[in-house]
Amino acid sequence: MRSKTRSAALALLCVGSLALATACGSDDDSSEGDGGSTTITWWHNSNNDPGKSYYEQVAADFEADHPGVKIEISAMAHEDMVDKLDAAFQSGDMPDIYMERGGGEMADHVDAGLVRDLSDDASEEIGKIGGSVAGWQLDGKTYALPFSLGVVGVWYNTDLFKQAGITDTPTTMDEWYDDIAKLEDADITPISVGAGDKWPAAHYWYYTALRSCPEDVLKDAVTSLDFSDPCFVQAGDVLEDLLATDPFNAGFLTTKAQEGATSASGLLATGKVAMELQGHWEPGVMQGLTDDGKGLGDKTGWFPFPAVDGGAGDPADALGGGDAWAVSEDAPDEAVDFVKYLLSDEVQKGFAENDMGLPTNPAASGSVKDPALAQLLQVRDDAPYVQLYFDTAFGTSIGGAMNDEIALLFAGKASPQDVVDATQEAADAEK
Amino acid sequence: MTTTEAAISGEVTRRAATRRVAPRRAPGPAGARWRQRLEIAFFVTPALALMALFVVWPVVSAVRMSFYHWKGFGPMDELVGWRNYDYVLHDDVFRGAVTHNFVIVFASILIQLPLGLAVALLLNRRIRGRGLLRTIVFVPYVVAEVIAGVVWYQLLQPESGVIDGLIRSVGLTPPEQGFLGTPSLALGTVFVVLTWKYLGLAILLFLAGLQGVPDELFEAAQLDGASWWQVQRRIAVPLLGPTIRTWCFLSMIGSLQLFDMVWILTGGGPADATTTMATYLVNQGTGRHNYGIAGAASVVLFVIGFLMALIYQVFVLRRDTHEAR
Repeated sequence: MRSKTRSAALALLCVGSLALATACGSDDDSSEGDGGSTTITWWHNSNNDPGKSYYEQVAADFEADHPGVKIEISAMAHEDMVDKLDAAFQSGDMPDIYMERGGGEMADHVDAGLVRDLSDDASEEIGKIGGSVAGWQLDGKTYALPFSLGVVGVWYNTDLFKQAGITDTPTTMDEWYDDIAKLEDADITPISVGAGDKWPAAHYWYYTALRSCPEDVLKDAVTSLDFSDPCFVQAGDVLEDLLATDPFNAGFLTTKAQEGATSASGLLATGKVAMELQGHWEPGVMQGLTDDGKGLGDKTGWFPFPAVDGGAGDPADALGGGDAWAVSEDAPDEAVDFVKYLLSDEVQKGFAENDMGLPTNPAASGSVKDPALAQLLQVRDDAPYVQLYFDTAFGTSIGGAMNDEIALLFAGKASPQDVVDATQEAADAEK
Repeated sequence: MTTTEAAISGEVTRRAATRRVAPRRAPGPAGARWRQRLEIAFFVTPALALMALFVVWPVVSAVRMSFYHWKGFGPMDELVGWRNYDYVLHDDVFRGAVTHNFVIVFASILIQLPLGLAVALLLNRRIRGRGLLRTIVFVPYVVAEVIAGVVWYQLLQPESGVIDGLIRSVGLTPPEQGFLGTPSLALGTVFVVLTWKYLGLAILLFLAGLQGVPDELFEAAQLDGASWWQVQRRIAVPLLGPTIRTWCFLSMIGSLQLFDMVWILTGGGPADATTTMATYLVNQGTGRHNYGIAGAASVVLFVIGFLMALIYQVFVLRRDTHEAR
């Protein structure tokens, strides 16, 4: 009798310990509420004010207009959000509303059946945003609504340019080389690049490719994954010419993009270098890297990537990218309504007024206060064609191989042809 | 504790009782045998469950992953056979990574072992401030790897870094791209930082081993007229054998799995000069979402580590385990 209870207890314990081990995996589906109420989970990366409070206000306004709807916000640092999203995609336990960067990355998520088609539900907003939405469309269907779209360009220190006697920003590569020489003569390091993180180095190649290749070749490459056009090798040749002027900060091969004062953005923010090729987020990043929280302040200047001699690309074309709100496949319908609200004139205007990014809703264009961002917005809207960052456009696998090889080109360990070959090899593995 | 004790004493009396009745039947009745098995199961199950969950299952899923083309989400249904292994084994970056791992393995043993031994022997002498010196030597090992990495990363910055400043102040020219930014110097620099970080562990282990050597042996040798050197060479080092062999094993496994310090200092760069197998698989997996390739790389890492451990166990450590028996 005693032994029986003991073995029963034993069995219970064994089962219990196993159950405990498996129980950790399951989690309640947050989108199902009781008594007619709906909870929407929303992940975003505006984890600093004013953006954070602004989004809280937006959610509260929506809740007030939609009784029974509750919005659960998770505001995370960007890198944390990307990691958590990766885990969410793997487990299928996704937030209802999250950020998509478009291109091949999004195509992978769509293929896996994780993203909701918004074409019909949000047709009005899609029409309003116009051409910018193209990066988030696949086979004529729209899977996410871009709320901020920026372009990459050269950020520079106007004081250091003056010191070196540079009066006008360069419009061709040759003029740029002259300016680099002037800066070097004045004992100023011309450019910083975070080649340790690879993508900042890759942006140079993306731009030389954008300037060297005709628009249709680039558009075609994204779908056909064919990089045989000689303009892609030419892009590497142009980049080698730039590298030959030795314009970069010492140790640039392991320099990080935007972490700390010794990163590429930190060097520009603290006046150690004159220029950096970066995206529209640069002023905000620099503010976080200086003690006074001002970054370069009123010394901040911006010019578009110069034209390449004999290049087939339009010098007004821009490299860019942005963030879009996507709704996961099994999210409640109210999530779609909220995303539509996020793209409304009212919310986008507030978004612009708080300098949270470059709004995509034309009604908000006039609301951008920061002069540098306003200039960027102008360039973006005037650009005949905005090429999505290649690594995003081609997806992580091809993009990663491409970026790694471009970083090798920066180190002098790969030729322009190698970059094309490595990209093509990774692309062939995807076909 | 009391239940166990009661169970054991109950077991003993019952066995004695059965033996009295039927002394020839050795193992006792079937019930007792079952109870014994249940007891074993009782104590082993939690540990086994944890091991299955956190060790066996990840290994199995990595092996499974390595045969698929999978991006990390959606169904894992595109079986590609040995293609991922083919890719990994022919990838120059991975081959470079394996080479770097083995360079670190052998450099650790060739440089850290004599250095650690020398410091341990010195610190084993009666010198003033010995406790303080021992603490100082051991501090780097206690510092969190990431913090140590970030500190060294800043020290090694070209131009603005402290180390470049020191080199300049004595009239020498530091490398133009910095120690970490020059492909030919990067791996050596990483190794120096690793030595700084892990020498403390070697010294601590050797010191502990030396404590186990009876003082009488040293005294006897000294009475026989042996010099300090002779005592160290003929008595201390040979008696430290098992400790040294164990340290070599730990160092080898650690070098093969090397990740955090490299990740912080160089991220595997510049120009793949410091990639290790672990940075390679993180780059392929979480970086490029090629989970199949990352899986294959992790299996290769596992096999290499397992084989090295096995070979070491059979040819080197066997003596120690044999003696222990």
